[in-house]
Amino acid sequence: MSEQSDHETPRELAGLEVDPALFRGLTGRRTSRRGFMQAGAGAAGALGLSSILAACGVAGTKANSKKAASFDWEAWWKKQKPTKQLIFANWPYYIDTSNNGKDHPSLDMFTKATGINVSYKEVIQNNAPFYAQIAPVLQAGQATGYDIIVITNGWQLTQLLENAWIVPVWMEKVPNFQKYASASVKDPTYNPQSKYGLVWQSGFTGIGYNPKLTGREITSVNDLWDPKFKGHIGMMSDNTELGSIGLLKLGINPPTSNQSDWNKARDILNQQKPLVRQYYDQSYIDALQNGDIWISQAWSGDIYQANLKGYKDLKFVIPDQGVMYWHDNMLIPLHATNPLSALSWMNFYYTPKIAGIVADWVNYITPVPGAQQYVADVIKDSAVANSPLVFPTQADYAKAHDYYTFKNYNDFSNWNNTFNPIIQS
Amino acid sequence: MLNLPNWAYLGFFFVIPLISVLALSVSRGNPEIGYSYTWPLHWGEFSDAIRTYHVQLVRSFWYGIASTVFTLAIAYPVAYWIAFYGGRNKSTYLFLVLLPFFVSYIIRTLAWQFILSDQGIVLGHLKDWGLLSQNFHILSTSWAVIWGLTYNSIPFYVLPLYVAIERIDRRVVRAANDLYANTTWTFLKVILPLSVTGIFAGFLLTFVTNVGDYVNQQVLGGTGTYMIGSVIQDSFFTNQDYPMASALSSILMLLLLVCIWLYARTFGSEAIQDYA
Repeated sequence: MSEQSDHETPRELAGLEVDPALFRGLTGRRTSRRGFMQAGAGAAGALGLSSILAACGVAGTKANSKKAASFDWEAWWKKQKPTKQLIFANWPYYIDTSNNGKDHPSLDMFTKATGINVSYKEVIQNNAPFYAQIAPVLQAGQATGYDIIVITNGWQLTQLLENAWIVPVWMEKVPNFQKYASASVKDPTYNPQSKYGLVWQSGFTGIGYNPKLTGREITSVNDLWDPKFKGHIGMMSDNTELGSIGLLKLGINPPTSNQSDWNKARDILNQQKPLVRQYYDQSYIDALQNGDIWISQAWSGDIYQANLKGYKDLKFVIPDQGVMYWHDNMLIPLHATNPLSALSWMNFYYTPKIAGIVADWVNYITPVPGAQQYVADVIKDSAVANSPLVFPTQADYAKAHDYYTFKNYNDFSNWNNTFNPIIQS
Repeated sequence: MLNLPNWAYLGFFFVIPLISVLALSVSRGNPEIGYSYTWPLHWGEFSDAIRTYHVQLVRSFWYGIASTVFTLAIAYPVAYWIAFYGGRNKSTYLFLVLLPFFVSYIIRTLAWQFILSDQGIVLGHLKDWGLLSQNFHILSTSWAVIWGLTYNSIPFYVLPLYVAIERIDRRVVRAANDLYANTTWTFLKVILPLSVTGIFAGFLLTFVTNVGDYVNQQVLGGTGTYMIGSVIQDSFFTNQDYPMASALSSILMLLLLVCIWLYARTFGSEAIQDYA
């Protein structure tokens, strides 16, 4: 090191003496860091606050239905021109597939027959998130990008209809519907006269169980309350399914139920709670397969597919008190670019041949009873053709109940507030 | 002024969404009639939220604390071992810790549903050997949820801890040995206090995410394990009750901030500043 003594700053060495106070004043910050942070936070907060006040309140969707009531749909349909495209949004595993999931024979046949190219998108995982995805788009008056969407009957479907975001079906172009559709799907409570959409597939929500573990046959909804199965009972976490089975146990028909009925259903479901192992979403089927639960609320198609996978012990039963009958519906959203293609597909689907091809794959309840003959004779798949899970008998249909259709948001909110605490606590 | 991009980013992605959530929680209405504000502001939603969901809030914090403690108990030895005894293969070991994260979160959690199933590879054999009763089950209990949370948080705790422990000057450890400290004393008096910043960083990552978790409960939990994260998700998506969902989110954020502040206070605020 050098021979400099102590600390001599370079400035002193060079002989430039500066008054330290002046030096500080010249080089110090204009504002302190703390002051800047406070100012920044204040500005950002003011920005946020002004954004609220500027957009004070958010408009509701009810206004839409008033506007749409007087719309002349007949004239609108007549103005539509045929196109060569169809964009079809659906749930996964809900159509026939071949070639490792890359092709869909029914769609290919449709393209060959009509020349319309189908873009099939399996983008719907659940009703609520999908509704949350398309609602802002429709509210802004824009196209969703889909010509057909498949929505289960429930609050989201009711909301779509309430908000007038669905194009009514022009029945003249879908004569096959009147000809081939099952009586049980022609006039559903949530969609009178099938005005706004046609059923794609349906299903039963009944009871699935493993007779080897339960030790006996199951015939009644009361078996889900059997203390012998304590800790091995599964129920659904969807509160419409849960509430409906509670109503069925009490012998109440869900579409005509009211708040006091719901309260009674809530009470017996709370009584069942100590016996229930878990409130499942679709994963009850894994638990049934593993043997974690012995008996559960179940969807008919899931049990059928579990049997195909090798779990032949599992059985589906339609209880004495009745079974819930749900429908997934093909709807045409507002501002769809190819509405006539959508009608064309619906008409093409509602035939024994195409419905049979799809039914052979999907194994849920098809809306075309004639498909059973087709599956038995032409596809020669007797397992599917004879299965009551895919083609229920008249006796089964007699026990089928529809779900409660919500009249408005407050209705829906009341249902939620009644049944959510059972699942959530 | 060079900080302006920072402030813009913070303002746009943090402050405005925060204010919007708070604003929505004081609004009233539903999707049909729209949302509007009343003056004075309607704070009733917050008290409603706490009154209806206090059980789930407390439960989520309990699961958060339990899973954080368990994660620390597992992550600390791992991080310590890699830092002190990893030698040349430290990055390999860290990679192995991170490897499960190449698989999606939900699949990792579902894997535990398979492993811990009643007659599965773990419980099935233990039951066959008569070590457990036939009715014993781990799935559908709160311990399964806590384990799921713990498992998914381990890498988040191992990495900050590893960084903190790695930074400890080895000469300090040797000095402790020179001063007649045995391994336990060295650990308690030298290594542990120096790694507190890592513990705090891991705590932030683990506790905050676990309290708001909504996946583990659905897959591994049973009745009576519902967490506040699922409640918020239900409120938002299924019930479309946006004021309630916003109120719950705001309450959760506030409670988490309080917890973090308490933690920092207890373990010395110099820990945060040191890490920052």
